[in-house]
Amino acid sequence: MTDKTLKPLTSPARREFLLDAGKTACGLSLAGLCLGLYSHQTQALPPGAIRPPGALPEADFLGACIRCGLCVRDCPYQILKLATPGEHVATGTPYFVARNLPCEMCEDIPCVKACPSGALDHSLTDINKAQMGLAVLIDHETCLNFLGLRCDVCYRVCPLIDKAITLEQQHNTRTDKHAVFIPTVHSDACTGCGKCEKGCVLETPAIKVLPRPLAKAEAGKHYRLGWEEKKKAGQSLIEEQGIVDLPDRMPDATPDAAPGGLPPAKQGNQL
Amino acid sequence: MSQAPATTGGGNRAIGKWWIMRRLSQLGILGLFLLGPLGGVWVVTGNLNSSLTLKTLPLTDPLYLLQMLAAGHMPYQTAWIGAAIVLVFYLLLGGRVFCGWVCPMNIVTDSAAWLRARLRIKGGVRIPRKLRLWVLGGMLVLTAISGTLAWELVNPVSMLHRGLIFGMGWGWLIILAIFLFDVFGSQRAWCGHLCPVGAFYGLLGKASPVHVSAEKRAACNDCMDCFAVCPEPQVITPPLRGAAKGVGPLINDVDCSKCGRCIDVCGKDVFRFRIALANRAADAADASPNN
Repeated sequence: MTDKTLKPLTSPARREFLLDAGKTACGLSLAGLCLGLYSHQTQALPPGAIRPPGALPEADFLGACIRCGLCVRDCPYQILKLATPGEHVATGTPYFVARNLPCEMCEDIPCVKACPSGALDHSLTDINKAQMGLAVLIDHETCLNFLGLRCDVCYRVCPLIDKAITLEQQHNTRTDKHAVFIPTVHSDACTGCGKCEKGCVLETPAIKVLPRPLAKAEAGKHYRLGWEEKKKAGQSLIEEQGIVDLPDRMPDATPDAAPGGLPPAKQGNQL
Repeated sequence: MSQAPATTGGGNRAIGKWWIMRRLSQLGILGLFLLGPLGGVWVVTGNLNSSLTLKTLPLTDPLYLLQMLAAGHMPYQTAWIGAAIVLVFYLLLGGRVFCGWVCPMNIVTDSAAWLRARLRIKGGVRIPRKLRLWVLGGMLVLTAISGTLAWELVNPVSMLHRGLIFGMGWGWLIILAIFLFDVFGSQRAWCGHLCPVGAFYGLLGKASPVHVSAEKRAACNDCMDCFAVCPEPQVITPPLRGAAKGVGPLINDVDCSKCGRCIDVCGKDVFRFRIALANRAADAADASPNN
């Protein structure tokens, strides 16, 4: 030990140590970088893969899921599977593909109860409040109901019929004498179970369950809906503020037409 | 040391009692997990990351708990209880008992080492044994930075075990790559030099009272069989050769996986399992004054 201090600065042992340390650091950093990039890529869950009910948002889920498969085992319908290397889902994490087998929405949610780590949030106790994804009627051109037929299968198979999917009646402009019934998904009720996607009678479904962040739009934070605000306030918010109603200018307005020739807009109909 | 020629000291029982017990343990544990999916008898569900035995006993790999914490997730109580049970088990038995007696990768890398010896392949890439600790550290740093269990994407240990139970996908390619590297690339590269899981369990085993002891080291005839057969031969030297320096006979290096291969192979019955806390030179069974 004592001759350590006497070693010249360029001793072969020191040189070898530094070289080895450098090589190790380079190798490890490179491997870490590759793995980091790979892990970053898997964070983009493919749209067809749906997480079990109660799953945390994807970024949190990947840090919380222990990849044990207990949820897979406790699913009584064997719907869940663990991703294997080569799939675009992070290796070992559970998912299902709605078109193959949709979630049966067990009332006691055994998959969530089985999760030991909390990647599936145990505070989800009502399966009807699950948000696995959001159904979107994505292809209007091929959907039979849009074409004026009464297929209605997605609506009929929905476990939350008339809440998550409703049929909205519209005039059929093609025949001009019939109605079309537009299947309409309501995001506040849809659990993303995938029954509609599974049930769709087309070769490739017109309605698909997508991850909620992909399917759901978000209005600007400052947006206010006039009619909602009016309901909240119990009265119009602009009527009493002395807002000047400017004259409406029409394209064919002649110089001699009186300004404000049209009546002011009906109270509360503006944004 | 591992390059030492395997001269026989009269014993050379490569397959002995402990080898058989160890394989029974490894295959038995795997079998318990497979009993459900293959036979419909659900004794243990899940996999080595986290499991539930007889619907009551939760077991969780403490390394995964650590990874979750590093990723910024506070696990549920079940995971904590499961990890505590496993932690106590390995603190008592010695961390790398996992490597030698439980881990399914051990069968793969042991087969690779056997084939390497049969094909008489020597040399290869030089990897420092301490590298596994750096891999462990790097893996935890990456987990913290990415906020995901990034290591799990490529971890061959869980990939093999999970794969056998839940489906392998392309995971067998990673297992094959490790097998081939262990055969042609470097002696015992994965388990002995790179695996961060083994490194973690090694750190757990510091205080365990269970040891292989070079009890009758005075009888050693330097045949080198134990060094040739040991996956971590550096752990044998101090206790076996340390009589003169007053080193105790217990192999208490954390890298020892307590596989018992040295016990099986030794023709002079130098080694045995022993439960002891203190490692005193006087504990050697036939410690003689002239040693």
